Amino acid sequence: MTAPALSRDAAQPLLSVRDLTKHFPIKRGVFGSVTGQVRAVDGVSFDVAPGETLALVGESGCGKSTTGRAILRLIEPTSGSVTFDGVDVRALDSGDLRKLRRRMQIVFQDPFSSLNPRMSIGAIVREGLTIHRLAEGAAADARVTELLEEVGLRPEYASRYPHEFSGGQRQRVGIARALSVEPSFIVCDEPVSALDVSVQAQVVNLLQDLQRDRGLAYLFIAHDLSVVEHIADRVAVMYLGHVVELAPVDRLYNEPIMPYTQALLSAVPAPEPGVKRERILLAGDVPSPANPPSGCVFHPRCQHPARDAACAKIVPPLEEKAPGHWAACIKQPPTTVSWELQRAGGGTNPPEFFLPRAALHRSA
Amino acid sequence: MTTPLLEIENLHTFFYTDNGVARAVDGVSFSVGVGETVGVVGESGCGKSVTALSILRLVRPPGRIETGSVMRFEGRDLLELNEREMQHVRGNRIAMVFQEPMTALNPVFTIGDQVGEVARIHAGMSKRDAWAKAIEMLKIVGIPAPEQRAGEYPHQLSGGMRQRVVIAMALVMNPALVIADEPTTALDVTIQAQILELLAELTRRLGTSVLLITHDLGVVAENCTRVIVMYAGEVVEEATTVDLFARAHHPYTEGLLGAMPRVGGEKDRLATIPGTVPAPTNWPKGCRFRDRCPYSWERCESEHPPLYQIGGGHSSRCHLAEEPERRQHPHPPLAAQRGATAA
Repeated sequence: MTAPALSRDAAQPLLSVRDLTKHFPIKRGVFGSVTGQVRAVDGVSFDVAPGETLALVGESGCGKSTTGRAILRLIEPTSGSVTFDGVDVRALDSGDLRKLRRRMQIVFQDPFSSLNPRMSIGAIVREGLTIHRLAEGAAADARVTELLEEVGLRPEYASRYPHEFSGGQRQRVGIARALSVEPSFIVCDEPVSALDVSVQAQVVNLLQDLQRDRGLAYLFIAHDLSVVEHIADRVAVMYLGHVVELAPVDRLYNEPIMPYTQALLSAVPAPEPGVKRERILLAGDVPSPANPPSGCVFHPRCQHPARDAACAKIVPPLEEKAPGHWAACIKQPPTTVSWELQRAGGGTNPPEFFLPRAALHRSA
Repeated sequence: MTTPLLEIENLHTFFYTDNGVARAVDGVSFSVGVGETVGVVGESGCGKSVTALSILRLVRPPGRIETGSVMRFEGRDLLELNEREMQHVRGNRIAMVFQEPMTALNPVFTIGDQVGEVARIHAGMSKRDAWAKAIEMLKIVGIPAPEQRAGEYPHQLSGGMRQRVVIAMALVMNPALVIADEPTTALDVTIQAQILELLAELTRRLGTSVLLITHDLGVVAENCTRVIVMYAGEVVEEATTVDLFARAHHPYTEGLLGAMPRVGGEKDRLATIPGTVPAPTNWPKGCRFRDRCPYSWERCESEHPPLYQIGGGHSSRCHLAEEPERRQHPHPPLAAQRGATAA
């Protein structure tokens, strides 16, 4: 299934991901024979425009981090294509890949394990400049000073070591390191999840300032839907290795189409005391990606009133339900999976639009 | 507030480290009523978790609860109990639910054994009765196929299921108070909703009081009747939840509420609190928040603010209570004036 255009606009996307998969083999026994596959990422497609923030959201194990890493080839994808600024990323040899990584960077979640404790802050930020031969000697020192100031750290911190810094400060070092090679695209993998709320706000503001000043594009991987609403232009929702919905941020929060997205939004606590939110409580746990459900991967937990046998049989295509709003649900009209096809698959309930009040946070 | 179940007065818990005395909990007082759910919020290092451990007397050296602290629970001072009596309180009357369920469970015993163990030790049940009790509890906390699940090991369960097991263990003896320290922080948002719903329903049904420690103001808003805000080892504000969200008084609480992005809220730039929490070995004299505060003045440096009563059970540790007109003239906090000292 290849979606024709999953872009914000008709302009040339900076990053284009099509049918990306990453399967991890399950090995058993002394000979390590492969007995199955964990389908961590299972056919993911989206575009990121220059200067855009696309958020990738979903719960633990949905494949969002694996997707981010597979795009950068920090882990090798199993299949699919990744095109960055016209270059086929998967076809590059290691030398060319290294050159391309100058333009595609990553900021990790855990600011404690992602910085080498034996290197000073200055050396950490300077490393990329040296590797990519961007600056040497005094010029490199000057650049490190500039970068530290840009992320809100004092230049004299350059000689200090990671353990001397708080979580928020370390995250700033990680951001300075990513910026040092002047990328146009950064994968931010849960960059604020480990931080306290006041510090989280500082880092979110910093990321937004840098985007404005440098025209950066972000793939912002997160599970916190309130942070995502604040920072994203568009949002892709992942469930069990699939993108199940992709829409501009306001559309997604105002009119979520996929029943899974609706449940996810309803679960976000509202900071208004006295207002008892209705909840769509999902039954059971997320199924194992080693043995995903047939048809729609969400069907065993779905609350859509029209859910029927066809949902267990037909794999729903990620289709454009409204301009720029993509979702994978055959029960939410319009759908390209005709009623005849659904009936042939055992369907008994015709598609009918469903949007429970519990999914909405803004009072209508 | 209802009849107090737990009253903490002037709790001091210090850690005697090589770098000096860390005054982690430095004069905390509050109470929890029968059947009440009270939230304790604050950021890393504010002393909220040490407060919880102190109540259960689980503080280990070099930490120590200082003399002069009082913790009255069901009419007795917990600090005057011997270790044996305290153990009885821990299993029977006060139970604890921790953040990371995997660390609270023993990986080499089945969950049925572990839930049942509470009943064997604290109620003297036979192995057989304890197993039956375990299955009953697993059923109450909504674990499907409890007879089968009881024979499984913690690693075979998902994070949400493990947290249900921990809650089952906590509730075996029908305690009067459950202390839940970030019970849903390690869980996904849909699972968090399930677990909080479960806790609320069980406590409603059993009349249990809950002390809910969290950094998430959204969780507080939905689950607590009263809130205690902690900063730098002290209570800086206490109010009913409705009051706190509508009329936050302390500048720190104001800052926390402003820094929190909200679904459906305005997308203005997030407010931040410049600077960082001071070191617990060296709290500044005067107000501990003053360097990060947009209203601070000379008095905040010289005079440590008491917890002012500002009416309706609302209290705040801020001199603005006596000089409210100062709120009209905010200024960049000292921490921000000192330049690039971002947290």
